[in-house]
Amino acid sequence: MSDERKLPYVMAFNEAVSQALEDDPNVFCAGEDIGAFGGVFGTFGGLQAKFGVERVVDTPISEQAIIGLGVGAAVTGLRPIVDLMFMDFMCVAMDQIVNQAAKLKYMFGGEARIPLTITTAGGGGLSAAAQHSQSLEALLCHIPGLKVVHPATPYDMKGLMAACIREDNPTVMIKHKRLLGIQGPVPEERYIVPLGVANVVRSGNDVTIVAWGRMVHEVTAAAEKLAGEGIQCEVIDPRTLQPLDIDTIVASAKKTNRVVVVHEAVRFGGLGAEVAAQIQEHAFDYLDAPVGRIAAPFSPVPFSPALEQHYIPDAARIEAGIRSVLFRTPVGA
Amino acid sequence: MSITPAVQFDLHRRMVRIRLFEEAAGRLAEAAKLPGFLHLYVGEEAVASGICGALNDDDHITSTHRGHGHLVAKGGDFNRMMAELMGKSTGYCKGKGGSMHISDLSLGMLGANGIVGAGSPIAVGAAFANKYRGRGQVAVAFFGDGATNIGAFHEAANMACALHLPIVFACENNEYGEFTPRDKTMAITDIVDRAAGYGMPGVIVDGMDVIAVHEAALEAVAKARAGGGPSLIEAKTYRFYNHHGVQNLGLKYRSDDEVAQWKERDPIFTLEDRMIENKVATRQQFDDIWAELRNDIEVAIKFAEDSPLPTSDQVLVDVYSANGGN
Repeated sequence: MSDERKLPYVMAFNEAVSQALEDDPNVFCAGEDIGAFGGVFGTFGGLQAKFGVERVVDTPISEQAIIGLGVGAAVTGLRPIVDLMFMDFMCVAMDQIVNQAAKLKYMFGGEARIPLTITTAGGGGLSAAAQHSQSLEALLCHIPGLKVVHPATPYDMKGLMAACIREDNPTVMIKHKRLLGIQGPVPEERYIVPLGVANVVRSGNDVTIVAWGRMVHEVTAAAEKLAGEGIQCEVIDPRTLQPLDIDTIVASAKKTNRVVVVHEAVRFGGLGAEVAAQIQEHAFDYLDAPVGRIAAPFSPVPFSPALEQHYIPDAARIEAGIRSVLFRTPVGA
Repeated sequence: MSITPAVQFDLHRRMVRIRLFEEAAGRLAEAAKLPGFLHLYVGEEAVASGICGALNDDDHITSTHRGHGHLVAKGGDFNRMMAELMGKSTGYCKGKGGSMHISDLSLGMLGANGIVGAGSPIAVGAAFANKYRGRGQVAVAFFGDGATNIGAFHEAANMACALHLPIVFACENNEYGEFTPRDKTMAITDIVDRAAGYGMPGVIVDGMDVIAVHEAALEAVAKARAGGGPSLIEAKTYRFYNHHGVQNLGLKYRSDDEVAQWKERDPIFTLEDRMIENKVATRQQFDDIWAELRNDIEVAIKFAEDSPLPTSDQVLVDVYSANGGN
């Protein structure tokens, strides 16, 4: 039973890339340390040995040129996968991502096709401090022309990565550094998890929790604890952050009448604000409480484990946040 | 001149097409018939023409904010260009790009670009793809002197050399980054000095001499096509109009004498004089060429003016490719 096979998240990524390299001669990979070394997180391990130096390319430490390499190769007919070692390094390449990759098709009147996948590692939890730990998905989701995915499980990682590679649009695949080692069932055969389709991780009637990436696991832990008290959380992982499957979220909000959004990124201007705004636009009359947001405080990611553990939302904070939405003290009481 | 008369006529024609297109665009802008920014290529025609004249149709170029000349030199269609400048639905970009994003992928022209220096990394990607496919195509990155002060240029040059890609870096050194002279923004006189830092050869050519530019381009393109890696060509040139638009805007950042001296070296008229002197052309032939191409411009203006504006429903069209691949 192939469905029972388990792989770590990192190898689910690797297998999706490997199968794409096997299937499509136009697919190649480029990035810092991804070739002979296999990537600093091992995500591209073994691929250069299998597919050669022409298809798994070690690049200089040049983020603008790495993305430019992908944009130029994509617009001239290849299907590149380019890797930025840490999501924070995306900031070095913002022109190529925001002004070039995302916009060429539109600016050229639709003539261009940019089948580019940008892969990167986001998230904190490794004491990697403020320049190697960020969750910058909101910056990307704000840009028309980009698609953004952030899988929480090995199964979704392989299927979403396969979907990204097949996309004719620029996509950003965010791997969470703290999820690389988690195991889960991953079929050996090729499959797609379609972009823009949320996963209802857990069904419940009392409150809807929206979370992605590593937060899905923290939310699940909190939901299990609350279930012991008879509180049933519905946990929704959008999986794709742009385009966002707002229909699934709104349908759940109408059912449970309470919503909490959880993300690892800072709260101000985070995607939680967008989710909350859309819920009040589409389900205002169904809500029994304001949409709650549990997120990082508005500071850079701190280094010390003593600080970082208070910075990133965990199951206990999430549980407390859910309770405050469930048992809200009415105004004036 | 070792360049044949037929090629001389071809290069001349490319330059005249650019000049006429740009002069017409300038007149339309002054008459408030063109929305947006307009960066005219007049004066620099020899660079785009000499280099694109050395390319095949399936070779790629990336361009700059001053990009009309590159598209014309690569074979761009006047009608669709003029319509784009007017924001019409029949334009190259269906009215969504305008002057700064004009492009024709079928001609290998990967777009003018509103971000200084941004074209070079994209040209590196095109060159990578060309090497990967192994069909002998090359890529040319056009950029100005000012762009060599931007990190993207250095990353692109280094990566192209590290990966030994079939690319030519074509610097149009017009001595000004917008309104600031080059000697205030860099401590070197010649951009070509930067080539050695990446391990590629570089040459300086007179950017007002289309034959000189063409000869340098033939060599660099042949080298790239043969697997010899990147080169840099620095063409010393000058823009006859302003950074933006036609009028001087009262800005005295260049002396009248300086502008006049460069205009005396007009790349089109000096070529015509040489060809007549060398008895490969007559004044009448040139008059006929100008008349024919002037007519093409008038047709293009009419086409653009008669074309429909895009409808409001087009705002959301082509943000994404319909084929999600799923």
